[in-house]
Parts: sequence; C-alpha cells; structure tokens
Amino acid sequence: MMNNTRRGVLAAVAAGTLALTAAACGGDEAPAAAPSAGGSAAPAEKIEITLNTFGGGENFAYDDAVAQWNAANPNVQVKYVNLTDRFEDTYLPQVLQWLEAGSGAGDIIAMDEGAMGLMAARPQYFADLGQYGLDSRKADYPAFKYDVGVNTEGKLFALGTDIGGMAMCYRTDLFEKAGLPTNRDEVSKLWPTWNDYLEVGKKFKAKVPDAGFVDGANTVYNSVLAQEAGKNGGLYYFDKNQALVVDKNPGVKAAFDYVQSLSSAGLTAKLRSWSEEWNTAMQKGGFATMGCPSWMLGVISGTSGESNAKKWDVAAVPGGSGNWGGSWLMVPSQSKHPKEAADVLNFLTGKDGQVAAFKEGGNFPSAIPAQQDPTVAEAKNAYFNDAPSGPIFAASVAKLAPVFFGEKHAQVKAAVEEVLVGADQGSVKWDEAWTRFVEEGVKAAG
Amino acid sequence: MSLSVDAGSRTRTVPPGPRRHARPPGGRRFWSWLDLRATPYLFVSPYFILFAIFGVFPLIFTAWVSLHDWQLAGDKTFIGMENYTELLADDKFWNSVLNTVGIFVIATVPQLLLALLLANALNKKLRGRLVLRLSVLAPLITSVVAVAVVFTQLYGRDYGLVNWVLGAFGVDPIHWQNEKWSSWIAIATMIDWRWTGYNAIIYLAAMQTIPKDLYEAAAIDGASPRRQFWGITVPLLKPTIIFTVIVSTIGGFTLFAEPVMFGAGLMTGGTTGQFQTVAMFIVKEGFRDFQYGYAAAAAWILFLLIMITALINFAIVRGIGRSR
Repeated sequence: MMNNTRRGVLAAVAAGTLALTAAACGGDEAPAAAPSAGGSAAPAEKIEITLNTFGGGENFAYDDAVAQWNAANPNVQVKYVNLTDRFEDTYLPQVLQWLEAGSGAGDIIAMDEGAMGLMAARPQYFADLGQYGLDSRKADYPAFKYDVGVNTEGKLFALGTDIGGMAMCYRTDLFEKAGLPTNRDEVSKLWPTWNDYLEVGKKFKAKVPDAGFVDGANTVYNSVLAQEAGKNGGLYYFDKNQALVVDKNPGVKAAFDYVQSLSSAGLTAKLRSWSEEWNTAMQKGGFATMGCPSWMLGVISGTSGESNAKKWDVAAVPGGSGNWGGSWLMVPSQSKHPKEAADVLNFLTGKDGQVAAFKEGGNFPSAIPAQQDPTVAEAKNAYFNDAPSGPIFAASVAKLAPVFFGEKHAQVKAAVEEVLVGADQGSVKWDEAWTRFVEEGVKAAG
Repeated sequence: MSLSVDAGSRTRTVPPGPRRHARPPGGRRFWSWLDLRATPYLFVSPYFILFAIFGVFPLIFTAWVSLHDWQLAGDKTFIGMENYTELLADDKFWNSVLNTVGIFVIATVPQLLLALLLANALNKKLRGRLVLRLSVLAPLITSVVAVAVVFTQLYGRDYGLVNWVLGAFGVDPIHWQNEKWSSWIAIATMIDWRWTGYNAIIYLAAMQTIPKDLYEAAAIDGASPRRQFWGITVPLLKPTIIFTVIVSTIGGFTLFAEPVMFGAGLMTGGTTGQFQTVAMFIVKEGFRDFQYGYAAAAAWILFLLIMITALINFAIVRGIGRSR
C-alpha cells in the first residue's frame, strides 16, 4: 500500500543526499559570455544577470520591471526565473545548497523575511552592497526594513522589495449584526489600543455568540509582537549575539499574555491560519476580524469569493503599526557580475521597480518613494468597499521600530506559535502553555 | 551477433566437412565462455547499476551524514554516534514512532481483513462482477492528496460532514486534529479508503488460482462456506497475505501525505505532535530545521524499525492457518 506516499518520503530523504552530490559537479552555471573583468569597467560584451525568485501566481511580479530594464540596458540583460511556488521546503534548501556549493545560484536571489536571520548570519555568501554604493538607499526605507538587510558583520547585503504591513480586516455584515459601526474610520476609532480591541470583542461576542471575533492566535500574536518588539530593542526571540531570549524578552510574554486573554474570553474562532476550516470560516462568516497584511487582501478575496464581495472592509490595526511578511533581494558572492547584479538590484528595489511590481501583482512597496507614488498612494481595493489600501498599509509601517531576526528565528517562531495555536484550540492547557512555549523555543533553537 | 551462433553450435549436429576435427581457436573459446557466463549478468546489470546509484549509495551516504553535526550551508563536524544517542532520548522522536505504529495498526488490521472479505465476496458469482471488481479499485487511481483534502474537509471541526452526522445523534463537535485517538482514526480511514480495494484485488487474483475441486470436495464433505473460507481460502492465500502485510508495513511506516494534508500542510502533525509520523519528523528536522545529520540518523532508525516490524509481521502471518 501507499506507494505514492512512500515515494514522496524517499524522494525527500534522498533529495538531501543527491543534491549534495549534485553540488560537487555543478560548476558549469557561468553565463556563456563571461568577461572576467574586475567588475568596475563597463562591460563591452553583453552579459546576462539571472534573477531567482519564488512564489505562486504573480510571485514577485517582475515581468514589467525586467522588460523595462532590458529595453534600457541592451548590454546587461536580466533573465527572470521564478524557481518554485514553495519557499520553505523547496526554494530555501535549494538556495542554501547552491550557496554552500559555491555555484548554481542566480546573480540576484530573492529571500523571504523568515530566512533573513539565517542569511544575515552567513556573511561569507553575499556581496557587500555598500561596495557598489547601495548604502545610499538607506533614506528610502523605513528603518526596520533596511536594518534587516544588514548582516552580522554590519555590512549591507540585501535591500527590501515588498512589505506586508498590517491592518485589521473586518466583516461589515457581522459588525452590523452586533450593533457596531461599519464605516472604516469609525471602526478604526473603536480600537486605538489592543485593550480596546479586546473590549470591542466582548461586546461583539455578547450580541453574536455563534461567530468568533478574531480568527485565531496567529495574526494577533504577530501584530502585537511586532509592536512590542519595537519597545524592547527590536528583539524577537534572539538577542544580537544570537542568544535565545524567548523567556527573557518582555515583548514575547506581553504578546503571549494578550493572546491568552483574547482566547480565554472566548473571542477567537480557534482556527489555525491556512487550514481548511479557516478558509471555510472566511467564506461563511465564521469570524469578524483578522489581522491583515497587504497580501492578505488577495487571500481574503480569493478565498471568500464573489458572493462575499463588499462584505469585507479594512480598518487600522490597534496600536497603529505592524508587519507580517515581505522580501529582500541580495547578490551572492559567487556571482560573476556582482557590480551589474547590484545595478539591477538597485533598479528592482527602487521606486520604478517597486511601483511596477505593485501595478502587476499588488505587492506593496517597502521603499517610501514608491509608497508615495500616486499609483500606490491612491490605490483602492474594490473588493473591500474601495478601501484606500495604499495609505492604510503605508501608515502601518511608517512608525515600526527596527527589528532583529536571529539565525534560527523561523524555526523558533514556528515552534512557539504551534503552542499558542494548541492552547487556543485546547490541546495545551493555558496554565501549562507558557512553560511549554519556552521549552519548545529552546528545543527549536537547538 | 556471431557469438550467439557459436554458442548454439554446441547443441547442433556438427556439419560434416574437412575441418571437422579442427578445434576452435583460443580467442573464440574465450568469447564463447564469456557469452555463456557473462551475458546474463550484463542483461540484469542495468537494474543493479541504477539500484547502486539511487539505492545503495544514498543509504551509505545517509549513514555517513548521520555521524555528523551536518548543517545545511553551515558547519559539519564529525560527532560519531551522538545523533543516535540524542535521538533515542528524544521524546518527540518516540512520539512520532508511537503515532506511526498506532496509525499503522488501526489502519492496516481492519484494512486487510476487510480486503479479504471483499475479495471473497467478489469471487462469488455476481451480476456485473467486472464492474464491481473495477469499482473497488477506483479509489486507488485518485490522487492521494485529493483524497486527503476531501477527508480533511469531511473531518472539519466546524463545518465537517462527520461532525454534522454525529451532531444528529447529539454528539458534540469533535476537533479531530486535537486528540491522538481522533486524528489517528481520521487518518486511518483515509488510508483504508484508498488501499482496501487494492489489497482486495490482489487477494482476488490469488483466490482465482485456488483449484475449484478443493471447494467441491469440501462441500461434499459438508463444510459450510464459512468453514471453506477459513479452512481452504485463507491458508492457500498465505503467501499473498505475507506479501500484502510486508508492503503495508513499509507503506504504513513511511506514512506521510495523509497526515501532512490533515495538519494543514505542516510537518508538526498537530499542535503537540498528535499525528506526526516518523517520516514527517525526518522532513521537519532535515528541511525545516536544516539538521541533516539528525534527520539522517532518524531515517536510519526508521529503516531498522521497518525491517524489524516486517520480520515480526512475517513471523506472525506465517503462523496463520497452521492450527486449523
């Protein structure tokens, strides 16, 4: 029985070993016409810069931007390769293997927020972008986006592309049922702080007992933590010496306690993000609010479908700021044309590149000049009652404090959030949850 | 080409002629010998060469990796058996072993019994026998992920069909992912839905090779159909049952897709690892936490566990029908 599943596992297990052997013979990836100039002189011959990204659908939405660049720069042609729609289990391991092997990676590679701590701790694999003058772009970015691109040696190795930001999406039909205002400005005024949000939730639950006020633990936890981390030196689970501080960072405990108070008051729908139940609840009005990064708008409209159009709207997030997700571009030091790659990277992360990606795929820009471009600043979302999504998300990231991601940030985050979801859903008791939360964090940090 | 002609010449009558007593030259004798002895090995070699590259080498390489603290794009230090000692003391690993064995038992035992009864029924004279036989195989041709997605929806906590039916009998909604017993049952049903028909067809094929006169003789002696089933069918099916049990053991111990889909695509198998199987544990360690050495050690232990369990099952099944 189960030949298929068995093959899947064997493939997964074998992939590690095979990929490592492939690495030994992968030295033939250099572009055909590779002039081995020092990189400073303008290339006389045509060179090709490979750009590796990930993601489904529109992914990085660079088709237009790359076409613009290629038209303007006949000598430096960009080849845009979206490798896979799966970041965690396909793209990241593959990129790590290429970096380790010293060849195979594109001249520019894209990286998701979750792996930035890991990359920052591997300075040897990336070109110093400051060497090509890209540190002058610092003023274009909110500090928290720029600083993540600075590695453990203090060098700039990555520049930001899109950003999640954070807003609060809500169901107008359920708010109406609960006797709450439905206009987005009035809704935003309901919850200047997270405590107000909790109080609104209690009122809501009293009127509409069969729907959750919020979907589950994940989005609220991350929104609160992003704000709390700013108050605590920008730390999440690791301090700047890569020491685990999951039990010592008061921001983590505050975010944990807040989720506990929400869940204990019965305000969550006890759903796990990305589960089937979560999707169904989104369609059927199983919960009234959800923490909403810019890319979540697409998830909601895609999942809820046309029948729920205009039932969703977007208000400001309590506490006024937050972020979930976003990506960066970097140049591996194995690139044969680091200077040209840095030029392309500068264009793609610059105003024109980010605005083009926003137009093509709705990826919200992280660079401030791009956010101020009328295309972005005046953007409205028809599905969400023409909510002015541009200004809402720009405001949510303007005041964010810089944050620091440890090398094992992604692993610790996944492990501790699992405990939160478990406690919310009842498989972990709340009075044991914090101990377990810390234990799992320690285990994941290895 | 000429080699095979030479090889055949031995068995053929030697044509009369002037060179009748001449011995073939030494070189030809060598080729002839090579042809007879080596050609068969040459013909079977492609399989073994591929097996060496894709079977034996990864196995040995995994063993080598398992002796290191092997981080992807990080440090690799030789640490001997440390991964194994750490693994054997890791309660998360043993939890995943328990889950795998538990799901295997509650999935496989009913599955094979049901398959046996189903095959027996299909072996009878029925109207539309071909259609029935084909339809039990239908679940197998659906994608395993599709099966898992549909079943995961059926077992949904808030909007699932199963809870809706149970609700009609006054049972409170069950959060199937939340407890070990409920998640195991849910996953076991996915496995059984997909594989019962497959095993039934194998049993059916084997049943059709049992001579009819055995049943006739038994019927004349007054044996009931039930007695015939246990006294004739099952003992004669023993080699087939052993085969299905071993294949099921391997499949059950490497269970992966169903629990992953059931747990929203995560490798953790529930918030506290309620249904994390060993295969999921390996992928989590290797490809989420990038501890290749640790994952490789777990893969080797899984290999040994499968060998041991397959042998135990073999011993148990071999005893079937002996006492009867």
